[in-house]
Amino acid sequence: MKKEIETLISSFKDRLSPTIIEKAMNEIPTTVSKKDAEEIMNLILKATVKAKVAPGECVGLVSAESIGEPGTQMTLNTFHFAGVAEMNVTVGLPRLIEIFDARKTIKTPMMEIYLKEGHSSLEQVKTFAKKIKETLLAEVLSDVSVDILDQKVSLQINEEAAKSYGHDTAQILKLLKTKLKTFSTSQGESSNEIELTMKSAKTDNLKELHGVKGKLMKIKIHGMKGIKQVLPVERSGQYVILTSGCNLKEVLELDEVDSLRTSTNDLYEIEKVLGIEATRNAIIEETVKVIEAQGLNIDIRHIMLVADIMCVTGVLKGITRFGVVKEKSSVLARASFETPVKHMFTSAMAGEVDKLQSVVENVMINQPVPVGTGLPSLITKMK
Amino acid sequence: MRPQFISKKVGSIKFRILSPKMIKSMAAAKIVTPELYDREGYPVDGGLMDTRLGVIDPGLVCKTDGLRLKDTLGHFGYIELARPVIHIKFVKQVYDFLKCTCNSCGRILIPQKDIKKFSEILTTIGEEQSMQAQHRMVREVVTKYKGKGKCPHCAAKQGKIKLEKPYTFYEEDHKLSPIELRAWLEKIQDDDLQLFGMDSVAIRPEWMVLTVLQIPPVTMRPSITLESGERSEDDLTHKLGDVVRINQRLFENINAGAPEIIIEDLWDLLQYHVTTYFDNSIAQLPPARHRGGQVLKTLTKRIKSKEGRIRHNLAGKRTDFSARTVISPDPLIGLNEVGVPEKMAKHLTIPERITEWNKEYLLEFVKRGPKVYPGANYIIRPDGKRKAIADFTMDEITEELTEGYIVERHLLDGDIALFNRQPSLHRMSMMAHKVRVLPGKTFRLNPSVCHPYNADFDGDEMNLHVPQTEEARSEAQVLMLVQTQLISPRDGLSVVGSIHDAITGNYLLTKELILSYPESVDLLYSCGVEDLSRLPKKEKLDGKEVFSALLPKDFTFYGKDKSGNQVKIINGKLTSGLMDKANLGEESGLLLRNLYSQYGPEFTAELLGKISKLGIAVLLRRGFSIGIADLDLMPQTAKLVAESIENSLQKAFNIIEQHAAGKLQALPGRTVEETLELRMLEVLNKARNKSGEVAMKQIKENAALVMARSGARGNILNIAQMSAITGQQALRGRRIDHGFTNRTLSYFKVHDISPAARGFIKNSFKSGLNPAEFFFGAMTGRDALMDTALRTPKSGYLYRRLSNAMQDLKVEYDHTVRDASGRIVQFQYGEDGLDVSKTKAGSIDVKEIVQAVIGEKQ
Repeated sequence: MKKEIETLISSFKDRLSPTIIEKAMNEIPTTVSKKDAEEIMNLILKATVKAKVAPGECVGLVSAESIGEPGTQMTLNTFHFAGVAEMNVTVGLPRLIEIFDARKTIKTPMMEIYLKEGHSSLEQVKTFAKKIKETLLAEVLSDVSVDILDQKVSLQINEEAAKSYGHDTAQILKLLKTKLKTFSTSQGESSNEIELTMKSAKTDNLKELHGVKGKLMKIKIHGMKGIKQVLPVERSGQYVILTSGCNLKEVLELDEVDSLRTSTNDLYEIEKVLGIEATRNAIIEETVKVIEAQGLNIDIRHIMLVADIMCVTGVLKGITRFGVVKEKSSVLARASFETPVKHMFTSAMAGEVDKLQSVVENVMINQPVPVGTGLPSLITKMK
Repeated sequence: MRPQFISKKVGSIKFRILSPKMIKSMAAAKIVTPELYDREGYPVDGGLMDTRLGVIDPGLVCKTDGLRLKDTLGHFGYIELARPVIHIKFVKQVYDFLKCTCNSCGRILIPQKDIKKFSEILTTIGEEQSMQAQHRMVREVVTKYKGKGKCPHCAAKQGKIKLEKPYTFYEEDHKLSPIELRAWLEKIQDDDLQLFGMDSVAIRPEWMVLTVLQIPPVTMRPSITLESGERSEDDLTHKLGDVVRINQRLFENINAGAPEIIIEDLWDLLQYHVTTYFDNSIAQLPPARHRGGQVLKTLTKRIKSKEGRIRHNLAGKRTDFSARTVISPDPLIGLNEVGVPEKMAKHLTIPERITEWNKEYLLEFVKRGPKVYPGANYIIRPDGKRKAIADFTMDEITEELTEGYIVERHLLDGDIALFNRQPSLHRMSMMAHKVRVLPGKTFRLNPSVCHPYNADFDGDEMNLHVPQTEEARSEAQVLMLVQTQLISPRDGLSVVGSIHDAITGNYLLTKELILSYPESVDLLYSCGVEDLSRLPKKEKLDGKEVFSALLPKDFTFYGKDKSGNQVKIINGKLTSGLMDKANLGEESGLLLRNLYSQYGPEFTAELLGKISKLGIAVLLRRGFSIGIADLDLMPQTAKLVAESIENSLQKAFNIIEQHAAGKLQALPGRTVEETLELRMLEVLNKARNKSGEVAMKQIKENAALVMARSGARGNILNIAQMSAITGQQALRGRRIDHGFTNRTLSYFKVHDISPAARGFIKNSFKSGLNPAEFFFGAMTGRDALMDTALRTPKSGYLYRRLSNAMQDLKVEYDHTVRDASGRIVQFQYGEDGLDVSKTKAGSIDVKEIVQAVIGEKQ
């Protein structure tokens, strides 16, 4: 009986969407007779056909309205404490704008790193977190002194701090040797002291001598570039590492990372590492997160459409005059958005033709717009 | 004679650059003198107001088309420039041409053998990205070859091209005059132009250096006559006057053989005037001004920005037959009706054509004239002439009225009108209503449709538009009528629903009222129910039974009410659960959604109207009011609340003590100070919730609570704040910060971190706030105010960008989603091709279908 019904349901596969098929599988009890099951499926099909979009429906505008209208109800407060211990994230309207703009640098880049089975005990997670955290030289120094007379910089290493990252003075010394070109490095008087001497001993190099101090502080001695903070948290019985700052490529390359679940909120990073389809999904996911956090309700179809329009060209484009709007074929549609004069002059040079196929152009010249009831037209046969 | 215009569909618009030849052939007149009018005030021939360019004075006739003011569209003219000048908007392109082409043979500076290779790359860049990108690429390619400093075609030496902004070019140190520029550009070959992405068939680069200047028609730069009889010219006319004046002087000086310096100076001046004529806001140039110092508004500014031609006049239209006034509520009119004041109905008209069958009917309107209400204002004769109906024309008009005439009659009950409230954020902001002419001066609307418009009655105004053609009216009726818009395309839930009293009334009715039979009949009658067969014939009736009398016989529904109890409606009988906001309100619950899908839009709209009326009628009979006594706590409750607050405060002080003793454990990733703040905030926020809960448990059942429980207005927190404790005030997710002086107010000690010093308000609104507490409350209040003020323009801009980017996406007949150029964006809309407004909360309710089929059998 069970099998029979399942095959019956699957036979509707080409006419119904996978989500509905799945729902039917779950909802239809296996005890039901075949005739009833068939009736149910036919009713579902009928309901689906009835709910199909009508051709000509301007779904773009509907989506824009559906997202724009609740936008007025969102908070402007940028920061949000997600629980007591978690990190600050951009939420609400600013985040929504950030996503749709496809900003190159976002306010609070983050990653959620999941580890593979067997690497995910609390201890392992903690060591992993420490491993990827970007550590700068400044964090393991106890003192820096600049000797102007001898043109020397001496560094006091805080061995205890260094050790917690698995480093000692000798290693740091070695690292500095490769990083600094204009200085020669040597072990200082005590074991935890490093001395830097300028190679070319010119007297007017004072400025450089001071400059090197700032440079030294920012030398990365450990971890991954960009990952400024790590925070292991527990989520439904699992340990997840939240990071502020992101470096998706390098993190995914690590063996212990579960690359299927690890993600970031930086769309550009995703596009660079995982490609455009992943970016589309990321846009949808991030947008849904923002909307749900605000307690609003927007159908996912609208968000999908926005994500699709941002990604159709194969490259991530923001909804700005430099992105999506620039892609439009109509000169007047572009001109009606921003910088009309510029658009008109460049299209004049290229000899562009506006075929008046979309909405604003036709509004401008008082003609019916080719959407909705303006779409169908009659062809008269002339005899 | 008014010209007969033939209307045709515009198929496409081509953009290109005007050639000098084209400008001359378009022109109706050559402009040679800066004078505008002669001594009689008549436009001078060959002046800027030449009557060949169109007329703006009543009585004058356009010499080109023989038409009068308002009929003539105007005609272009031109000026022959004494010396060529650069068109400011093309400076960048000219710069690119100079950099990338040879100064002697005009070929592009890429060797012949490589041109083919690059042309493909360049055109794809141009097509895929933009012309600017293509130019950038050309420049890059050329710089690669240019290193040799010689033309690969004719071996001529190439100098370095410099652009001194805004429009002076140098080759090495030699200044290139526009004459030289033009000669250079003339040499560029058509084939090479394609590499720049230019239309080489229709456009020549030398046209970017002007030799003749087009003069726009007089009609687009009309002068205004001031009260004193003085004429004030348009800014464009002013600017063109300058151009013509300098141009004439330059001609004279050249002809007289004046020294080169003088000619150069005049030439520069001409360049300046022509430049500012096109764009008066070039960074390096001082803007041209009126005598009074006011900056002239020239061509670019006319087009640009929100107030410019494009967004203000072309993309935004205005209509006749529209009205605007304050709105007020009327729960007794239908959901899809709008109350229109009689005074307005007399001005808003609908054209109706006289036929054999309605002649008598329409004649009555005409006879009543414009002043008596259901009358008529105008008639339109078959030849298109419009005649006003007035006392002295009445006889004549009634005499001549026959079939084929159109009568513009007053608005009547049942006419279709579009009703709108700004900001029009979604399509439900403009819906079609049926007109109901009422006394008074405001628009009346049913409070249930407030939500889609986001309207309230604190002085809101709304707009009404009356469609004038049959086509428009039927489209409005079929697609825009309120009942067709009940389900939001945003989430597939109902956007209309009962509000306020209507909810309270139904809540009380279904919760606790027991009515006698006559009372029930009275109640149902008052809300328009005439069929009482569904009301059980009993002496005492339960409120639920009265409510059920409204529902259709075969309606079955399972849901939840606001407090989580199950709502059961079986075969049109409400057996359990309460009718509150979760079921009757907008955007929540599926009761309305299910009614809609089972019984259709008309029925749902009507039923919702009845339900609302029932709720209000219940309150009218039962009585319902709120007073300050509703917020009183019973003595023992007050004691409990005070204890609860004291408890929380004690906890807070404990944390402070722990911190002072250095015993506070820092949370991971936080400093001890941050931890302290977080813990304090947590404890103090809990204080309000707890005391609120305590208070609510002990409070008497009263009107305020009923409203909060039913979801009609306010919530439990609001009541708690009023009667028990206002609570911690938070600013940007933290307690009130101490600022630079290390204390919030001078009333507190420096570095005081106690609850009271950081915005904890332990009084209730009713007991009254002390000055410090009041100030903290004002701080958060102000923050909220700022937030709204800043958010509105931001979200408005986001919305504008979204709608601009997506306006041309539509579903095609093959169910794909495409943009205007036919590019496929989605193969199936939303991956399953379902219209959200036709679904139940975004999907098909499989469960319900299953239950309907199986349920039948059992």
